[in-house]
Formats: sequence, C-alpha cells, structure tokens
Amino acid sequence: MNREHREKIYRVILFASALIALLVIIMIGGFIFGEGMPIFTKYGLDKVLLGSKWQPSNHIYGLWPMIIGSIYTTMGALILGVPLGVLTAIFLAEVAPKRLVDLVIRPAIELLAGIPSVVYGLFGMVIIVPAIRALASTIPAYAEDPLLSSGYGIIAGSIILSIMILPTIISISEDAIRSVPAEYKEGSLALGATHWQTISKVMLPAASSGIIAAVVLGMGRAIGETMAIIMVAGNAPIVPDSIFSSVRSLTGNIAIEMAYSSGEHTKALFATGIVLFILIMIVNSFALWISKRGLKNA
Amino acid sequence: MHESQVKIYTEDLNLFYGDNHAIKNIDIQVQENKVTALIGPSGCGKSTFLKTLNRMNDLIPYVKITGEVYLDNLNSYNDYDIVELRKRIGMVFQKPNPFPMSIYDNIAYGPRTHGIKDKAVLDEIVEKSLQSAALWVEVKDRLKQNAFGLSGGQQQRLCIARVLAVEPEVVLMDEPTSALDPLATLKIEDLVQVLKNNYTIIIVTHNMQQAGRISDHTAFFLNGEIVEYGATEEIFTVPRDKRTEDYITGRFG
Ligand SMILES: Nc1ncnc2c1ncn2[C@@H]1O[C@H](COP(=O)(O)OP(=O)(O)OP(=O)(O)O)[C@@H](O)[C@H]1O
Ligand SMILES: [Mg+2]
Repeated sequence: MNREHREKIYRVILFASALIALLVIIMIGGFIFGEGMPIFTKYGLDKVLLGSKWQPSNHIYGLWPMIIGSIYTTMGALILGVPLGVLTAIFLAEVAPKRLVDLVIRPAIELLAGIPSVVYGLFGMVIIVPAIRALASTIPAYAEDPLLSSGYGIIAGSIILSIMILPTIISISEDAIRSVPAEYKEGSLALGATHWQTISKVMLPAASSGIIAAVVLGMGRAIGETMAIIMVAGNAPIVPDSIFSSVRSLTGNIAIEMAYSSGEHTKALFATGIVLFILIMIVNSFALWISKRGLKNA
Repeated sequence: MHESQVKIYTEDLNLFYGDNHAIKNIDIQVQENKVTALIGPSGCGKSTFLKTLNRMNDLIPYVKITGEVYLDNLNSYNDYDIVELRKRIGMVFQKPNPFPMSIYDNIAYGPRTHGIKDKAVLDEIVEKSLQSAALWVEVKDRLKQNAFGLSGGQQQRLCIARVLAVEPEVVLMDEPTSALDPLATLKIEDLVQVLKNNYTIIIVTHNMQQAGRISDHTAFFLNGEIVEYGATEEIFTVPRDKRTEDYITGRFG
C-alpha cells in the first residue's frame, strides 16, 4: 500500500468517527424532539413554556416554574462562583508561589472536579441545608411555611452549584490570565503601575474573552447539573417568590418523575428535555462564539 | 566626563540568576541629559544591567543582586518606593508592546494609574506626549482606535509616548529599533536626539552605527563586565582596550 493510499484511509477513518459523533447527537436530539413536540403542539407553545402550573395528573404541563428554577439557581451559582473563581484564578496565576500551586492547589481543584455530584448533594443536605434552615427560622414570616423554611431551595442549590462550577471557572480563567503576553505586564509595571493595577487594568481586560468563556461553560455545567440540585433544592414545582423558596430545576423535573410517568406525562418530560436541550445549545454556542472572538483579537 | 551632572551611578553592582553571574562589579556613572549607549555581544548582560536600574529584575524570584544603584544620589533599592522609582525611570522594550486598548488609553494609562482623572488634563497629556514622540500628526484623528492598528515603528513611538506621559527623568531603551525597518529606525534615532534635552537616555543597541550616531557615551559590555566606558567618539576612534576594538570593528565572535 503506498503512502497516498494510507493517508486516504486515515482520513476516511477520522471522518467516520466525526460523523458518528454527529449522528449520535442528531439521534438524541431527534428522539427528544420527536417524543416531546406533541405536547407543544397539543397545548400550545406559550401555555407550556409560560404556564406556571405543573400538574401532570390534571394534564397541566406548565414548564415555567422549572425554567425559572434552573435560571435562578444558575444565576445564583454564577453570582457566588464567578467572583470567587476569578479571584482564585488571579491568585493562582499571579500571586501564589508556583510550587504551592503545582503541588497542592491544582491537584485539589482537579479533585474537586472529579467528585461525583451525589457527594456534593450529600454535603449540601448535611451542611448547607441545615444552616439555611436555621437562618430561615429567624425570619418570622417564613417560619410557618414549609416551602420557605425547610432550608431546601434556591440558596442551597446556588451554593452547591457554585462550588461545582468552581473548577471549570478557575482553570479556564487561570489559563486565560496566564496566556496574557508577559510584555503587557512588564509594560505596565515599568510605567510605575502596581501589581494589582496591572492585573485589573491590563491583564484582566486582555484575558476577558477567556474569562467570559469560563463563565459561560460554568453556566452550562450549572444548568445541566441534576443529582446535586435535586438533593438540595426542595423540588416543589412552583414559581418561587423568595430566595428561600423551594424550587425545581428542568433537570430535576425529568429525573424525579420519569420513573413513574406514563403516556402524556412522559411526553411532557421529553418536552422539558427539549427546553433544556435548547438552553444548553444556546449557552454552548455562545461560549464557542466568545472563544473564537478571543482568538481573533489576540 | 565632567561636563554635566551624574544622574545614575552604580557601585560594585553584581547580579546572579541563580548561579549564573550575569553582571559583574559594574561601576558606571551615567550623565544627566546625555545619551548613553550600551553595546556588546549577545548575552553579555546589557538588558540585565538596564533592568537593574528600574528594578524590573525584582519580578524574577531567583535573582540576587549585590552592590548599589543610585538615582540622584539616593539608593534605588533602599530609598525609593518601587512605584516612584519606575515613574522616574521609564522603559521602552525591544518589541513594541502597546496594550490591547485604544491609542488614547495607552498613553493615558500611566497618568491614570498615578491618579489623574480629569479628562481635560489627560487630553493635554496625551497630545503633548504624542507630540514629543513625533507621532501626534499621524494619529491625532484616530486616537480612539486600537493601538494594534499602528505600524511597528508607530507602535514603538507610541510606547515611547506612553513612557513620556508619566514624565520620567530617565528613559531606558532596550534595542528599541531592532524590530523596525530603516526608516522607522531613523525616526526613533532623531527622536532620541531631541529627547535628550529633557531626559537622560540609556539605550542598548547592537547597531554600531547607531551607537556612534546618537550617543554621547558608550559602555562596552563583555561577559557581564564593562570593558570600557567613555565618550562615544573616543570609544569608536581610539579604543583603549583591544577587545573593544575587535568588537566595534566586527572582528568579534
Ligand atoms: N530571566 C532570566 N533568567 C535566567 N537567566 C537569564 C535571564 N535573563 C537573562 N539571563 C542570562 O543572563 C545573561 C545576560 O543576559 P542579557 O539578556 O542581559 O544579555 P544581553 O546582553 O541583553 O543579550 P542580547 O544582546 O541578546 O539581548 C545571559 O547568560 C542570559 O542567559
Ligand atoms: Mg538584551
């Protein structure tokens, strides 16, 4: 077999692998859409997306509580996780001694990324939920309402998700900060700027597209997280009116009810999957777009 | 070398990168409002020496420095706050390194970090600095555009303007024209001639003609030591040391 021939075969194999990956995605997407779409056509897009009641036994399939639940817990996770993650990334890239980072901190962060989500959930149930319950019990208006005083809810979900997205945010932001050309830093310091001024005014802006990509990827992770959020969010399918309120995420909705659902109820859970699928796709293409734009600017 | 004031001098200055003794027993007096050229083969310690003057070597954890550096008779390492020292001693790098922001913001960066917020004052500083760096005419209509849109030579003059905006007294230049074409190089050389009226300039160059054209004094570095230091004319016409002669006549390894 001559070389040209071999090259051709390699190309075909690579192309086939890529094609298989693509096909799998299309199949999953097609399956979910095929199963879930009837709900949208039967009850109307707006009724399903914006309906605030989820009562499968009465054939009411409003997904709004779960959409809001996913959005609130994800936003909460970002509000807590992004500043912490970015500051940690700055610390790792610019302040911490290299040996400490390599021997202790980076392995610890990798470990954090490898912990199964059920363990995060356990941690949340045992440590965070009781703390929030104690806090809620000091608020008289909440003390009587089980949906507000149990400790399970938006706050606990946000905290757990924020911890779970930390590894993503830290490592990608750290890479972004480290890849800022040393010339920028030297130029700034040589002008008499302090280290912190150099970081905040030159290095972070230069790393911003990478940091935004980190945030968006963290967001994707938070939206898609299932087990941990089920264990701490309370899962009441209601539109919350307090950050202490119990909420249910889109992922939680599917995971909790799939086992015992049947018929139209099952289709409504697939419809939940469609919403989740589209949400994740939007977030991921946003991340892709950001990182492409970053490459062009560099 | 008695005609003017000493701006910077060193006493028995040594620098080690770990075990690498990169500069050795440097005693040099740099005259105010003159251009001092540092020449010598690659790796002889010119850049390292330059960076001891504005303490850029402090960034490298394994660097050890012994001896003294004085700016205006005060010890650079003991008597100055490092920010204050770097304000007074600006630096232009070999590769133009504008920040990824607009031309205006590049120039205003230094003054802003030193607390100037007034827009009118900043505008004035930006214009003045760009004029001093002979760049104003070329960029005055595109101040808000990204600095990366400038040519290499323009970028380097922008970097010079950025340094001037901080109103330093000394400007260090590490091979500022090595990345530029001949025409851009000439512009920078002319600029140096003008700037020396107001600034003390220390410039590293590999270009002997350049050193001859623009400097008043020249120091020849070899293996971390200064072999010879004196008026540029003398160094280039009647070098005292055989090694200096070999180097400037190009008979050197
Ligand atoms: N950051 C560093 N870490 C370790 N060693 C260094 C570092 N910078 C320079 N050196 C070493 O110090 C010596 C002097 O280097 P320096 O860059 O000062 O030389 P130079 O005269 O500026 O050379 P060139 O003309 O090539 O720029 C060299 O042996 C170099 O390898
Ligand atoms: Mg050098």
